[in-house]
Amino acid sequence: MDSINGLLDGFATALTPMNLMFACIGVILGTAVGVLPGIGPAMTVALLLPITYNVEPASAFIMFAGIYYGGMYGGSTTSILLNTPGESSSVITALEGNKMAKNGRAAQALATAAIGSFVAGSIGTALIVAFAPSIAELAVKLGAPSYFAIMVLALVAVTAVLGASKLRGFISLFLGLAVGLIGIDGLTGQNRLTFGVPLLADGIDIVVVAVAIFAIGEALWVAAHLRRRPVEVIPVGRPWMGKQDWGRSWRPWLRGTAYGFPFGALPAGGAELPTFLSYVTEKKLTKHPEEFGHGAIEGVAGPEAANNASAAGTLVPMLSLGLPTNATAAVMLAAMTGYGIQPGPGLFASNGDLVWALIASLFIGNALLLLLNLPLAPLWARLLRTPRPYLYAGILFFASLGAYAVNLQWFDLFLLLVFGLLGLLMRRFGLPVLPLIIGVILGPRLEIQLRQALQLADGSWGTLFSEPVAVVAYLVIAVLFLMPLLQRLFRRTPKET
Amino acid sequence: MTIVVAYTPDPAGSAALDLAVREARIRGEKLIVVNATKGEALVDARFASSGDLGQVDAQLSGLEHEIKQPVGVDVAELVLDEVRESGASLLVVGLRHRSPVGKLIMGSVSQRLLLDAPVPVFAVPAGRHTAS
Repeated sequence: MDSINGLLDGFATALTPMNLMFACIGVILGTAVGVLPGIGPAMTVALLLPITYNVEPASAFIMFAGIYYGGMYGGSTTSILLNTPGESSSVITALEGNKMAKNGRAAQALATAAIGSFVAGSIGTALIVAFAPSIAELAVKLGAPSYFAIMVLALVAVTAVLGASKLRGFISLFLGLAVGLIGIDGLTGQNRLTFGVPLLADGIDIVVVAVAIFAIGEALWVAAHLRRRPVEVIPVGRPWMGKQDWGRSWRPWLRGTAYGFPFGALPAGGAELPTFLSYVTEKKLTKHPEEFGHGAIEGVAGPEAANNASAAGTLVPMLSLGLPTNATAAVMLAAMTGYGIQPGPGLFASNGDLVWALIASLFIGNALLLLLNLPLAPLWARLLRTPRPYLYAGILFFASLGAYAVNLQWFDLFLLLVFGLLGLLMRRFGLPVLPLIIGVILGPRLEIQLRQALQLADGSWGTLFSEPVAVVAYLVIAVLFLMPLLQRLFRRTPKET
Repeated sequence: MTIVVAYTPDPAGSAALDLAVREARIRGEKLIVVNATKGEALVDARFASSGDLGQVDAQLSGLEHEIKQPVGVDVAELVLDEVRESGASLLVVGLRHRSPVGKLIMGSVSQRLLLDAPVPVFAVPAGRHTAS
């Protein structure tokens, strides 16, 4: 029962007044940025990366965990009240949630979303406790070839499964991998992609890339479409639920959790698929099919629980394998590297205190969010009145400050601008930013594993297929690539017969 | 000729609208209701919702009228543009009560309209109801 002891130690760390304060700041900040469309938890954590220079690692991660969960809560508020999903994961919530709000049931929609998120988040976090340490234990035994294959699988899966266009996904991924190559090669000491600029020899700091892509890119994108017709917000009181709402909500919550967690925990984690599946299931199982499409509470409860459970699930590959599969997890991993902590299967062994404090703070943050969100919903809705110029001026200021603070070099501000423009162009041409960030973070580690494997095998490429886990991973990758082809074949045959 | 009224869904706006409706009926002129926004925030409380506009529309029944919701850099300038374009004979605005600090920090749309309008301006304080 090492996990239980570890978790109790984690609670002891997380419940000190100082860390409790960081948790509070985290959840409040997280909810606020979740409510505002366009500003997400990933951008916020990226902007706060410089804080890691003078705050204890445990405190910083407790705050990041609060932001991570808080963003999920805030996103549902926006999608219910405005029909403008703050995050891609709350698109489904908006379907039924906004209809409910229009029918005067905004309070119930917000309540079932908040309580459902709490239930799913708590169960999901408990499942992290159950699974992550044992997965890490297994993963420690894996050799470089297996680890390399799993990382390739994560990259391919994030790029090919999520998002609308595979081509755009892979463009973004290769941009990220290329950025990850910049600098002096650790093995041979050769300059790579430095263009003769000595300042590039150390490589590009991930903080600069993350802040530029998330914050500067978004700010420029918003500045390009600054004036838009305001949307109508549905006035809301304090969220509450009647007895009937509880009766109709608890089963969708649990089913949503069951969908969300495994999808989040897979290396191809993401919230879009499980929320959609949960919606379809609830539509099929409901006793009130006539309400679907006109504001059925099951259609909010299920997807919202799936959303939060998958957010929890995403932390399993991140903590046990060092594989981030969503943007916020990727930036949190960058923060870990900033502290000199090596993310990967050894994390539980080498930095157990930190990991358990992070997990404990997820429980605490979840409870804080429920306490905060039920009474404060009207206040969060008011945040939507903030004029964008003030908001983005602040973001640009903190982004520049953060990028400069990395090395105290003007050159980083120049890089910030360059990558900010890249972020703007990516938004303009519909390239997803997630593969780029994950490429930058995983690229160098991928390379280390590959070279280690090849060195151990005296440069024989056959070693990459020498471990069963690696072979399975390559098979899954092959299936991922062939899936669209197979689907097309299967779809065509019934038509011809 | 036409009358332009600067409308917001609040007491000042409805006072202005009441007065404008009365004037339009007396003079037998067309009424243009302008509800402008900077469009900077996602939600603007002074930007009329479809429900508000329905009520305005009902209040204006039997009167030749037009309702406009332009989005632009400066709300006062958007109203003045409408005054110039429509060749209006009169502009009606509502005045909100403002604290001294509020006056110091924020500009006032009504003040800009009073000072810059090329036509006579009717100004009515919030909460003053005009029988129509």
